[in-house]
Amino acid sequence: MSLQQFISQAISPWMKKEGPNSDIVLSSRVRLARNIQDVPFPMLASTESLVSLSDRVKSEYSGHSHHRFGTIELLNTGDMKQNEKRVLVEKHLISPALSDESRAGAVLLSEDESLSVMINEEDHIRIQCLLSGFQLSEALKLANEVDDWLEDKLDFAFDEKRGYLTSCPTNVGTGLRASVMMHLPALVITRQMNRILPAVNQLGLVVRGIYGEGSEAQGNLFQISNQITLGKTEEDIVQDLQSVVLQLIQQERAARKALLEQSRVQMEDRVYRSYGILAYSRTMESKEATKRLSDVRLGIDMGIIKDVSANILNELMILTQPGFLQQYAGEVLSPEQRDQRRATLIRDRLRLETKKDN
Amino acid sequence: MLCQECNERQATLHFTKIINGEKTEIHICDVCAKEKGDHIPGSKGFSIHQLLSGLLDFEQPVSHPTSQGGTSRREALRCPSCEMTYDKFAQIGRFGCADCYKTFQSKLDPIFKRIHSGNVVHGGKVPKRIGKDLHLHKEIEKRKQELQALIAKEEFEQAAELRDRIRSLEKSLAEKKEG
Ligand SMILES: [Zn+2]
Ligand SMILES: [Zn+2]
Repeated sequence: MSLQQFISQAISPWMKKEGPNSDIVLSSRVRLARNIQDVPFPMLASTESLVSLSDRVKSEYSGHSHHRFGTIELLNTGDMKQNEKRVLVEKHLISPALSDESRAGAVLLSEDESLSVMINEEDHIRIQCLLSGFQLSEALKLANEVDDWLEDKLDFAFDEKRGYLTSCPTNVGTGLRASVMMHLPALVITRQMNRILPAVNQLGLVVRGIYGEGSEAQGNLFQISNQITLGKTEEDIVQDLQSVVLQLIQQERAARKALLEQSRVQMEDRVYRSYGILAYSRTMESKEATKRLSDVRLGIDMGIIKDVSANILNELMILTQPGFLQQYAGEVLSPEQRDQRRATLIRDRLRLETKKDN
Repeated sequence: MLCQECNERQATLHFTKIINGEKTEIHICDVCAKEKGDHIPGSKGFSIHQLLSGLLDFEQPVSHPTSQGGTSRREALRCPSCEMTYDKFAQIGRFGCADCYKTFQSKLDPIFKRIHSGNVVHGGKVPKRIGKDLHLHKEIEKRKQELQALIAKEEFEQAAELRDRIRSLEKSLAEKKEG
């Protein structure tokens, strides 16, 4: 398989569309947790009743067409190879728990992979809509439509006082978790994250590094999500998150501008060094890859690097995960082999960019 | 704020734990949370629940040395549908089924308050199909209370009107259920 073919298969179609503010917000996600009336939650339900749920969802929805998402297919995790499941995890379409720990686990997937509905994870149903860029309201709208579509045929456990009943008390009420993945390198470089993180936490939002931890997040990628699910409307939850994200976008933009004005040479040096390392290394750990890719992406967004597409960070962040490296190689790889494959893949991917210019 | 376990990373999980009436604030990072969460066998990836269980365990643990092996008050709380006990719920931080919410009802408000910034009542979406019935139920309940108030005030004429209104509401609810 050529690298181009592999990339086009590996990258979800929704990722290829450029969303608003995509220089800072890489993706927006909305998840709704639902359970079925009169069936114990997956942790305690009999395997029989879980199988019957996934069978029922399959017969009612798999192969059917949804007016927004097109054809939807159901995949049983039990029928999938280990690496196939890993690839879905690395694409954020299923959780590690569904992949490794669920009984009768399954996922409904839309063709463009912007919709995935996990069956028999911690809750019976988990609807997830993923969009590129900053599109939380749109993601909520889509998730709500899918929720209505499913509620047409499934009786959800709902209580007038407590709302949608979930396995974990942290999800009760709306069952809504809205999150964005943000690239905030300038706020990290200017050491403002240490000040910002506690403030965001105080607002009832959770910030975590996507790879790595807190202010030391690798690749300067942060996931910001709501903590409260009970007592507010879905729209209010999303709006509260949105307003904080907007402020972070403004602060990141201001920090980038200040860096360019006050330390242009240092920034250029940092960006080109990382570019050079990515373009010429022969072995690279994922930690270093993430860091260098973040620098190059910042260079692209700041206008320092002009002939590389901005997608490269999102794309390579996923492609250089172990599951994808093994899928591309077509075999199981040792950590050393992975580091070599990773370096090769990154070099080849950058070469695709220079070819495009000619 | 730094994680109180490792003092290295930013704390991303914050909660208040109350043991024997003593309030303790806990601030911890994801990595340490994960390490702490690995104590429950077969529950990898559920670190949050381990932490939550600390948060749920706001009552003194049942260690009263009962002489004749009498069951404690907390143990008596057992969900009739899934057999989950309140003790087990407090330990793993997860409900077993929808009926657990009713069984543990009397204990949930303080827990929800802590997790959801003081909120205990749902304020969001209502499912369309099931929701229609709920709206009717709600209205009937409200009208019945009004009816009681009118009777207490001996305003019988208005009470009769209201009673007819309630009957027609009940009728439309019954029709819905048949349809
Ligand atoms: Zn820590
Ligand atoms: Zn139960």
